Amino acid sequence: MELIDLYLDMFVSFFKIGLFGFGGGYAMIPMIHDEVVTINNWISIGEFTNIIAISQSVPGTIAFNSATYIGYSATVNLGFATWQGVIGSFVCTLAVSTPPLIIMTVICAFFSKLKDNPWLRSSLSVLKPAIIGLIAAAALMLMNGHNFIDYKSWIIFALVFIASIKKVDPILLIIISGVAGLILY
Amino acid sequence: MKIIKSYWELFITFFKIGAFTFGGGYAMIPIMRNEVVNKKKWMEDAVFMDMLAIAQSMPGPIALNTALFVGNKRNGFKGSLFSGLGVILPSFIVILLIAIVFTQFKDNPVIERIFKGIRPAVVALIAAPLIGMGKSAGITWKTLWIPIAVALLVWLLGISPMYIIVGAIIIGLAYFWFLKLNMKK
Repeated sequence: MELIDLYLDMFVSFFKIGLFGFGGGYAMIPMIHDEVVTINNWISIGEFTNIIAISQSVPGTIAFNSATYIGYSATVNLGFATWQGVIGSFVCTLAVSTPPLIIMTVICAFFSKLKDNPWLRSSLSVLKPAIIGLIAAAALMLMNGHNFIDYKSWIIFALVFIASIKKVDPILLIIISGVAGLILY
Repeated sequence: MKIIKSYWELFITFFKIGAFTFGGGYAMIPIMRNEVVNKKKWMEDAVFMDMLAIAQSMPGPIALNTALFVGNKRNGFKGSLFSGLGVILPSFIVILLIAIVFTQFKDNPVIERIFKGIRPAVVALIAAPLIGMGKSAGITWKTLWIPIAVALLVWLLGISPMYIIVGAIIIGLAYFWFLKLNMKK
């Protein structure tokens, strides 16, 4: 595949992700998965979950972190050089931030009118519960044979689930799970 | 000179927020509020909160949308370029470095064992906040079917989340139109 074609495809994919990315990071996971794993086969489902894990463990938002990482990883996976991967990563990050930039610029111009607009409010009232559904889909989608290999995976899942509800720091939970993986496998 | 200083201030303020906030966009919001409203006194708290409500309901990561909004309110479109760049750049650099190093060790057995532990934890971290989010989005027994239907459509039938988003917006708009028609009668 030509490098320019790859960059163009990545730009279009991440532009769409940015444009339809209502609800922020977690709600965007099914969409990123669709574009990057299912449609374009840029990375494997196992690597996809790794990227989400890494994105959660460093500063920044999940949407951007995964765009930056996937841009690099997809380019290098196809046999291109490191510096070409860096450009890929720039392309994806730029693409995912362009729609918000356009939309927020328009909104700033009409802010006072939009604030209490009933049309906007009505569409949001349906969007909000739909976004929760998208996040649930993200969790269900990742509960697959690649990520849950045996009963030990389910024990880790259950313990982290409970700890997370009890407000234990997510980064600490990721570190502990990593250590657990090292010991158990 | 003054305008350059103003752009620089926007950039550096959001760069710091972007660099030191772990845990995704929502963790950034209280820090942004403190910087923008209390420390820099760029806007009133009420304006910030109004704007946050809109930023939250638009596509794209909430942290970026909020940064863009603050930048635009302060220095127009160019201001939003600087604040947006500031909030994205730190994680872009960090993730890119991680991606470059990590793709070389991807098939390392030790790394693989660590990630076997981390992957189910990631799924738990996505699933755990769902209940709280459902409550704050105002989901009741009457509207519970919406997130369930969305999750099943995306997860089982592989329907693109983009259709879900567009569909939800159309249903919301149609519902308000229907209400308006009925009111006229």
